[in-house]
Amino acid sequence: MTRRAVAATACMMLAALLALDLAAAPPNPYDAPALFALGSGAAPVGGFCGAPGS
Amino acid sequence: MADTSVASAAAQPAARRSAGLPFALLVLAGVAATTLFAGARFGLMLVLGLGFGLVLEGLRFGFAGPWRQMILRRDPGGILAQLLSIGLVALAAIPLLGTNAEELIGSQGRIGWAMVGGAFVFGTAMQVVLGCGSGTLVNAGSGNAVALVALPLFCVGSLLGSLHMDWWTNLGALPPIVLSGGSGLALTLALLAATAAIVLARAAPGSRRIPGRYVLAAVLLAVLAIANLVVAGQPWGVVYGLGLWAAKGTAGLGVDLSASGFWSAPINAARLGASILTDYTSLTNIGMILGAAWISMRRPGALDQPVPRLPAQAWVAAALSGLVLGYSSRLAFGCNVGAFYSGIATGSLHGWVWFAAAFAGSVLGLRLRPWFGLEPRQ
Repeated sequence: MTRRAVAATACMMLAALLALDLAAAPPNPYDAPALFALGSGAAPVGGFCGAPGS
Repeated sequence: MADTSVASAAAQPAARRSAGLPFALLVLAGVAATTLFAGARFGLMLVLGLGFGLVLEGLRFGFAGPWRQMILRRDPGGILAQLLSIGLVALAAIPLLGTNAEELIGSQGRIGWAMVGGAFVFGTAMQVVLGCGSGTLVNAGSGNAVALVALPLFCVGSLLGSLHMDWWTNLGALPPIVLSGGSGLALTLALLAATAAIVLARAAPGSRRIPGRYVLAAVLLAVLAIANLVVAGQPWGVVYGLGLWAAKGTAGLGVDLSASGFWSAPINAARLGASILTDYTSLTNIGMILGAAWISMRRPGALDQPVPRLPAQAWVAAALSGLVLGYSSRLAFGCNVGAFYSGIATGSLHGWVWFAAAFAGSVLGLRLRPWFGLEPRQ
């Protein structure tokens, strides 16, 4: 087996993840935020690595 | 005949490189679809993720490797480039956070027993698999089988860490301590300069310089990281997205995560119910894998190399290390990217503590590699 097969497997795993997620929770383009958070006036609501527990 | 075979051999790499074109078109179609069906901000985040992948794989830059070079060969080039890149981001990020606190947030973590222990264990495991958070993604995309084995378990480990996070944090943790404003920026830059001076003092004679490609990587990463903050409102991170993927998979299997303190917190619960195409760390993670894969397709012969024949214990070690990487980075409020790079660059003191603990762990990890069959014993 070559690295090509490994890279292809990684990409296929990503595709499977996206397909399953899109089926379960399709995005809503009408809910899209402004292009840039900076200047949007909106508070950040994304999950991030420093997220605390409860 | 000889001429034909020579021509054929020469044509092979070119033909394989050309396989990168359909892949690039597919990725661009994905960016367009994300923009159209999720929103322009999310399409742009995927582009930034691709940029991270292109820079890290294209310039062969990372986090675990330079630490390994410093510890084993006292070669400071990579780690100095990391400090340079963090300093460049801090120059923009700390003032931006100070003047736009309602729109932007830094990578702030709580210093505590679990955080320090998690960073130490993360440093150990990342040297066992030779890949940190971003490194595991980039390596998997570029055809590294050890990283591909570690990646799914990284996700599972991050989920498990999130489920146990309250217990660990209750062992004792300070509130986030942030170096902010002009004095915070000055102190951050002074600490970076002092760290660079220590690294240079410990470096092998004749190696006290940053290679040109590392300087380029440091500058490009800084530009992308600042863009990440401006577009997403939060710094570049990796671990959150991986834990989210495992959490969504678990929830999809019917497991109720609402009893978890972490996943019932409003922001995390919202992420769990939303598309990963609207999660910033997921988008940059996806971009990193795809960007690294594209670079590997364009690099002659890179994907034709065989997967190394490693003993069974090496694959088990890789899998377990992936699990440990995910678990420990959740407790440590991030990996090399979210805690070390973005933490320090946005003024969070936990980034410095993370650095010290993970570097100590890396020294241990490098000593463990031969015992797992990942390197010959000396």
